[in-house]
Amino acid sequence: MGFNLQLLFTGIGVGSIYALVALGFVLIYRATNVVNFAQGDFAMLGAFSMVVLAIDFGLPYWLSIILTLAALAAFGAIFNLAVYYPLRNRSFLPVIISTIGASILLENGVLAAYGPRPQSLPTVFSGQGITIGSVFLDSQYLLIIGVAAAMVAFQFLLFERTFIGKKLQAVSQDKEMASLLGISVGTMIMVTFIYSATLGGLAGVLVAPILFVSVGMGSSIALKAFAASIIGGFGEVTGAIIGGLILGVIETFGAAYISVPYKDAFAFLGLFIVLLFRPQGLLGERVAEKA
Amino acid sequence: MSADSLAAKAVPTGRGKRRWHPGDLGTVVYAIVASCTVLAVLSVPLQGYALNLLMQASTYAIAVLGLTIVLGYTGQINLAQAAFFGLGAYSVALGTTTLSLSFWLAAILGIGIAALAGAILGLTSLRLGGHYLAMVTISFQMIATLILTNWIAVTHGPDGVPGIARPTLLGLSLAEGTRYLAFCIGILCIVGYWVYRLRMMRLGRAMQAVRDNELAAGVTGVNTYQTKVLAFTLSAALGGLGGGLFAGGFTYISPDQFSFSESVVFLTMALLGGARSPFGTAFGTGLLILLPEWLRFLKVIYLAVYGAAVILIMVFMPEGIWGFVNRFWQKFYPPPLRVLDGLAPLPLTLEKGEPDGSVILEVSALSKHFGGLKAVDQVDLKIAHNTVHALIGPNGSGKSTLLNVLSGIYRSSGGHIVLSGRDISALPPHRRAASGMGRTFQNIRLFGAMSILDNVKVGAERPGNTLASGAKALDSHALAALEFVGLAERADESVGSLSYGHQRHVEIARALAGNPALLLLDEPGAGLNHIEKDALVLLLQRLKGHGLTILIIDHDMNLVEQVADHITVLNFGRRIADGKPIDVLHDPQVIAAYLGEEAAHGTA
Repeated sequence: MGFNLQLLFTGIGVGSIYALVALGFVLIYRATNVVNFAQGDFAMLGAFSMVVLAIDFGLPYWLSIILTLAALAAFGAIFNLAVYYPLRNRSFLPVIISTIGASILLENGVLAAYGPRPQSLPTVFSGQGITIGSVFLDSQYLLIIGVAAAMVAFQFLLFERTFIGKKLQAVSQDKEMASLLGISVGTMIMVTFIYSATLGGLAGVLVAPILFVSVGMGSSIALKAFAASIIGGFGEVTGAIIGGLILGVIETFGAAYISVPYKDAFAFLGLFIVLLFRPQGLLGERVAEKA
Repeated sequence: MSADSLAAKAVPTGRGKRRWHPGDLGTVVYAIVASCTVLAVLSVPLQGYALNLLMQASTYAIAVLGLTIVLGYTGQINLAQAAFFGLGAYSVALGTTTLSLSFWLAAILGIGIAALAGAILGLTSLRLGGHYLAMVTISFQMIATLILTNWIAVTHGPDGVPGIARPTLLGLSLAEGTRYLAFCIGILCIVGYWVYRLRMMRLGRAMQAVRDNELAAGVTGVNTYQTKVLAFTLSAALGGLGGGLFAGGFTYISPDQFSFSESVVFLTMALLGGARSPFGTAFGTGLLILLPEWLRFLKVIYLAVYGAAVILIMVFMPEGIWGFVNRFWQKFYPPPLRVLDGLAPLPLTLEKGEPDGSVILEVSALSKHFGGLKAVDQVDLKIAHNTVHALIGPNGSGKSTLLNVLSGIYRSSGGHIVLSGRDISALPPHRRAASGMGRTFQNIRLFGAMSILDNVKVGAERPGNTLASGAKALDSHALAALEFVGLAERADESVGSLSYGHQRHVEIARALAGNPALLLLDEPGAGLNHIEKDALVLLLQRLKGHGLTILIIDHDMNLVEQVADHITVLNFGRRIADGKPIDVLHDPQVIAAYLGEEAAHGTA
């Protein structure tokens, strides 16, 4: 029982990371109707930026985090201008391929700059945690879960309670109508990219201490986050969060009870099953009517 | 051997009096060039590095040709081509070593396994469209790599499989490198030719129609889902074939050769060369295999440059190098006008048919609800044979929704649709087309990257159209439909080169070519200027004169009055009037709902 609770805790921690990255996916998807296959590389960049700032330059941890998030925000803007904006009027296929190209560019760019050896980043807490009964709650995992919950709350407030949130929603629902009402669609999409990149970077900052920091870390997180958002119900914010948590738990239990080498396969197997029997996802995105 | 079979294909057989076509010359030239290439490879002793590069290029190109079909022709993404390639390669490797099967048997097994995997993958995910397909193929690729790496007992794990033997063909050993290469190139030439021809076959046209406009493809009679699954299966099979040959070529394989990054490489090869053309694809493959050699000085950042190149290709050459070149070619050498001699007129269903009062379409209590909104509410409609029936109503009254429900784009929320005595309420769009329903769209939906003639051919090929069976009959029938709307001479031009009004005529010709029992016209006058509108009225009157049964929606009362025999009026999703034009247009309820509302907003 204690072991299972421990696994559940770890699973929720891992799932929170997927949920954070999945949130970024969903936001960009809702604003542009395009899936950004480089979303995970935002997390990878965030993690590497922490290694460079906190270890190589020896800056304080908190300052490194702030600088990393700022850098990712700027990067989100560049990404929009270089990868999405020129293709905004085309179908989704060229844009998907373009983001895949960006992913290759980013991973190999970092590889060329930093070499293939995985880096590690210490946690701020240096291994402390809380023990409740037989379950050890690692502080980094607690931090991840807490930040993920805070971001979800923040996002909810942003979208439902602020004017800019309303504008973002309008753009995601009907770009033409939004622009007729005087909303600058281009600006809103820019805001979305900046926010999503920052969110991805934050996921990278959080996950860096529990994983090795490597160029491939982003794409494996992103693929699972994407799978999570489909499992939960694609295009739905709540679906992304629930899907992420479910996936994290399934994966942790699968690795503990079934097989470690096939750990990564569970996510994709789960995805297959969901697509087969409930393609609209657990929360059920309305299947878009074609006009 | 490959060249012989090509030459055999070059002479069209079984078509009797078919006239010489410039395309046949191309086939002969292709056959000669292909056989010379194979012979040249046989006579030049290649070895070591050059041999390996060519071996890789020719086997990769076969797999990338699969992407021409699925991505270039059908417009569906496949990010698992390396996995299918791997399935073929591992079938040959394990089949010939562990299971001691013959190379040929193992290779055929490999193609079969890859095709089966492709079919299953396609069946599960192709209903869902783009992003899901991208994700599902990536998932499949990841699982395949995990299994190849971790199922050591069977796949030998990361160490790979060594000692794969090359086969003997008709008593001739292909063990020697150049011979095997010549064999691979021969296969590549055959596959390339077939993929090239596919574009001009019925299946190929259906694929392109799905790519250019899936919705229109469905209502034109293309089974879009089946077409996509077939494309995916064929693509996977070609991946398996390429992989099987690859395993024989290198005699050693390991899991890292079939990873996700290789799938991306395959995709880039197709895109760079131009996914819509097999020549472009082959060119792209060769280029990307040679590029690393030329860019050796970039070694460390090579892959980063590669990623940047993918973005740049998408931004500046979305149709690849071949599409880029082709565009210039088309600009300076536009296709000539068709010379039409002895073209039979379009055989319309009933020449000078007289309305006899019998009903062709009966709609009863039809509803369509979007959540709480009743866009179409309990509508009854009867359309008599050989009449032009107009459906009018203010904006938002549910006319277009009704048409979409009739043609199967929307599933009805209740009620029945009976066409020619058959209940079609539950059928998908392509089966409604097969039962004789043709339609056009308010916002023109043509197959944008296809020629005018090919657009109309897709229409003529609707299942159940007996007037256009056989390649020759198909051609002349499609041309006759174009002649009817006055565009036959320009048949070989791209639809994009036509004016808006002419595009509308092509859309009508596409529907006519299918020989529909009932033609639905969704605001055919929308967006046309006065001259174009006059031409449209003339065309509609000619159709009416031929006795075609038409259901037309339009706002232009002038147009409606000139052609309609019968008018039904909708308001807020409900039928408020139905009858002869003169009665309906004087109905006070209609004036209040329709014209009255117009008058109220008249000054705006």
